[in-house]
Amino acid sequence: MSLEIGSPLTIGLILLVVIGTAAMLITVERRLLGFWQERLGPNRVGWFGSLQVVADMIKIFTKEDWIPPFADKFSFVIAPGIIMSAVLLSFAVIPFAPDIGVIDSNIGVLFVLAMASLGAYSVMLGGLSSDNKYALLGSLRAAAQMVSYEVFMGISLLGVVALTGSFNMREIVEAQTDGWYIIPQFIGFVIFLIAGVAESHRLPFDIPEAEQEICAGYHTEYSGMKFGMFFVAEYIGLVLISSLITVLFFGGWLGPSFLPPIIWFFVKASAFIGFFILMRAAVPRPRYDQLMSYGWLFLLPLSLVNLLVTGVIILSTQ
Amino acid sequence: MIALFYIAAIIAVIATVAVILQTNIVHGLLYLILSLLAVAVIFYVLGAPFAAVLEAIVYAGAIMVLFLFVIMMLNLGQHTRDQERKWLTPRGWIAPSIMSAILLGQLVNVMRQIDYDIVPAQVGVMEVSALLFGPYVLAVELASILLLAGLVAAYHLAKTK
Repeated sequence: MSLEIGSPLTIGLILLVVIGTAAMLITVERRLLGFWQERLGPNRVGWFGSLQVVADMIKIFTKEDWIPPFADKFSFVIAPGIIMSAVLLSFAVIPFAPDIGVIDSNIGVLFVLAMASLGAYSVMLGGLSSDNKYALLGSLRAAAQMVSYEVFMGISLLGVVALTGSFNMREIVEAQTDGWYIIPQFIGFVIFLIAGVAESHRLPFDIPEAEQEICAGYHTEYSGMKFGMFFVAEYIGLVLISSLITVLFFGGWLGPSFLPPIIWFFVKASAFIGFFILMRAAVPRPRYDQLMSYGWLFLLPLSLVNLLVTGVIILSTQ
Repeated sequence: MIALFYIAAIIAVIATVAVILQTNIVHGLLYLILSLLAVAVIFYVLGAPFAAVLEAIVYAGAIMVLFLFVIMMLNLGQHTRDQERKWLTPRGWIAPSIMSAILLGQLVNVMRQIDYDIVPAQVGVMEVSALLFGPYVLAVELASILLLAGLVAAYHLAKTK
């Protein structure tokens, strides 16, 4: 077996690295938040708290996995599985390096959008099947938020797709050899960044699970490993959004040749993961109606104008 | 590839039957999503990846989410399940079954005359777009005007006085 696109070894390694990174982020995020908020964070277990994730894992695996008797068991059980598979499947089309990836697909960008929209079911079903008022409120908010922000997420990417002339992520990276798309597509980048945070419903857009208002939102009734899957899937979603931004706007694996391509990818993606954690520490949560009107009245027109201007520029320079 | 087609086709048929037989509306909806995804796989196998992924995004990802959204608002419980069960009586099956059987017979008859040993050609994004904005541009514009009308109507209905 060798390291090439789609070999079982590559797929296994990618899965291992993605899930490992997501698990480590649980500790890293708490440490970084502590640093930015001038407190310590978890620093007792292992070297500078590095084994905290092991302790968390042992705790979450040994907790009682309880299904409420009033819940709709079928939907309740499959809900965490849906989000986990949707985010992990999205990594299939991410090009990590010239020879590392799962598939080389001509519909890569669309595939990621499709998986993002399927992920919305997990949150909705989780809240609906719990038969709990807080959970239902949370999943209603989640449904509205994810359906709305998917729209701008898709439109903001079309500028990049139009510049490349392809939905293939590898071609998008190779088209950035002369300059990253962050410069011509800055507005698209900002919209994608905001929509990406909303799509993975992290702070400041964690309105579906806002714990001060609605308990824990859609996963109020979840416990044990089922809750753990929602929890880890959120971090995998964070890694996914960071990887997508790296690929689509920051040249993916491209970089000066003193470092191998895969390292460049990791450096760029890690920088964005750090940025998202900083956002969590720094930005307060908006109100639900503010989120909706901000999306539909500001981001949607802006992304349409961005697409229009990009199209005019492409046609006039041809 | 042909095995993938048959697996997806069988899943699509079973899931669609389950949509009709299911009395729990949320489960029925999940089966409908499964059926749409199976159809997307069929499109992919037949050489239309763009149609496949649009099926997943638009039907399974957007329209069905709105269905689920409405179901969440309606607060359906055990009484709707009982009502569904009452409606699904054996007598209600007779007329639709006969009509479907006639349709199925026609379909099989037509299919027997087709030379089905076709190697599917790949229809990518470029080909679909060139057709949509070439010969079919009028239809695309008409469809978008229809959607605009729907949008205006929804705005009017939702507007608070």
